[in-house]
Amino acid sequence: MGPEAIEVAAEDRRIRCLFGLREGSGVLERTGLALEDRGVADPESFHGLANPPPRQGASGPDRCANIDRMRNPYDGVAIVGAYNTIQAKQLPNWTEQGLVLDAIRGALGDAGLTTDDVDGVNISSWVTRINSRTTAQWFGGRPMWTGVSSPGVEGVLEAAAAIQTGQAETVVIATAQCGEYTDRESTVSWTRPENEFVECWGLYTAAEFALMAQRHMHLYGTPRAALSEVAASIRSNGALNPDAIFYGRECSPAEVEASRMVADPFHLLDCCIASEGGAAMVLTTAERAKDLDCEPIFILGGGLDRQGMSYVTAPVWDRYGWVGRRAMKMTFEQSGLTHKDIDFAEFYDPFSFEIIRQLEAFGFCKEGEGADFVLEGRIRIDGDLPVVTNGGIMSYSHAGVAQLLQKPIAAVQQLRGQIVEDLRLHEPKVALATNGGSGALFCDVMALGKELA
Amino acid sequence: MSAEKQIPLPRPTPISQPYWDACKEGRLTVQRCKDCGAYTFIPQPCCGECLSEESEWVESCGRGTLYSFSTVYRPQQPVFETPYTVVIVELEEGYHMLSNLIGVEPEDVEIGTPLEVFFEEMSEEITLPYFRVRDAG
Repeated sequence: MGPEAIEVAAEDRRIRCLFGLREGSGVLERTGLALEDRGVADPESFHGLANPPPRQGASGPDRCANIDRMRNPYDGVAIVGAYNTIQAKQLPNWTEQGLVLDAIRGALGDAGLTTDDVDGVNISSWVTRINSRTTAQWFGGRPMWTGVSSPGVEGVLEAAAAIQTGQAETVVIATAQCGEYTDRESTVSWTRPENEFVECWGLYTAAEFALMAQRHMHLYGTPRAALSEVAASIRSNGALNPDAIFYGRECSPAEVEASRMVADPFHLLDCCIASEGGAAMVLTTAERAKDLDCEPIFILGGGLDRQGMSYVTAPVWDRYGWVGRRAMKMTFEQSGLTHKDIDFAEFYDPFSFEIIRQLEAFGFCKEGEGADFVLEGRIRIDGDLPVVTNGGIMSYSHAGVAQLLQKPIAAVQQLRGQIVEDLRLHEPKVALATNGGSGALFCDVMALGKELA
Repeated sequence: MSAEKQIPLPRPTPISQPYWDACKEGRLTVQRCKDCGAYTFIPQPCCGECLSEESEWVESCGRGTLYSFSTVYRPQQPVFETPYTVVIVELEEGYHMLSNLIGVEPEDVEIGTPLEVFFEEMSEEITLPYFRVRDAG
């Protein structure tokens, strides 16, 4: 067998092994595989950083370890439309359907395309559960491909794969959330867990992420000041963004620390906001994009890192703290990029600490040195790695699931210069967009660029 | 703990029912794999190390250390009396579980503190395993 055949055979065994689980125990014996065969992390490969430690359930297969250099698997795809609807803390005069349709029209208009061009959709909403199959009807039955992934980095990569493999030429991804917030006494409904081993302890998203932050602060001595600097940096960007819900709300580190305590160590201004709104993105072939009157943005690479269900098990730092590292590694391997190539990063910013964590997990600094990185001002809009340039979910908007899509949209708009001058970077070429964080046990990463690498 | 009786209580599943039954008897239990000996928590249909479905419920010593914490001032729901401290406990068997730390002022909570389980009957069906500081030794 040649190397390719061996690779295919190995993959085949791996898949059979995974599917065999349903048939009962002893599957490993039947396949002749040990769990180690699912993949062995290469401890030396990732920019001097160790891979996630081989704790139970933690690391899993490291597919990059056996591949010297992948190529960009999305090199035939272009993002041609990106659009956010109105965003507000509440949108009482809107329905999710109205927001989704507004988002679709906006993104198609941005791309210069019409319904006739759309042959793939991934459309969803949180409260009223709009879905791709029903919305294919909105397009007069034109779409033939429907996506099922969450409408963020995962959904964009899924759509790009569909286009790259010819299953669709032009895909619309759209989502919205409104009509959600009715109970002001409790935390936002979708932040409250239902699991029997979580809910009764009074946990919710902020407390889950706080458990990660406390452990990190204990292990590395991460100072409170670093969290404040992150929140102030991101909120200061939002203060300059006229589209942000917190536009005009300048924020200093001292104000972060003066805001009321929510879940130690997080004060109110360490936490993202909850709001409503919609978003959409249009992708097509790189070939088709040449004929359109818009500036295409390309996907340079991307990957997922998903370690289990969010908010069900204890968020144990030693097991899940570096989630996203494998996704970042995949992204670098596919794109051929290194840290120095990244001009800015639309990182997921649910809580201040998550920015510090991502800088370390992704290898922008060593483990435990994320605090120094941010305290040197490096993630500020005039720093060498501006982070969350539009104000993110701390200040721009956090419309439930729509925020997932708004990360790559923010990257597209900044790369195109479609942002107010005060926040416009000088000729950025490459960006990162991420979804998910440590408390949620998943973290997806993608790289976007003005040109194909 | 009358106020806490209104907090949302666990709704056991077929997989977790033995765990909650043991709590009612004042015993903290955990799944252990009969094939490889690994502990799995929360309850799962298979072992997280070797995927075996042959697991047994064994008694945990109920002793551990405070692995991480968050003292919560904005409650999940108003029924939770603030402040309350959520903890991850690292049990001596090596597995981790979520709980509340009782009887410690927020400023005195410290990672590494020795803890022990104690039980509070919340309803006819549910007894919850809380943690308190354990005297060293």
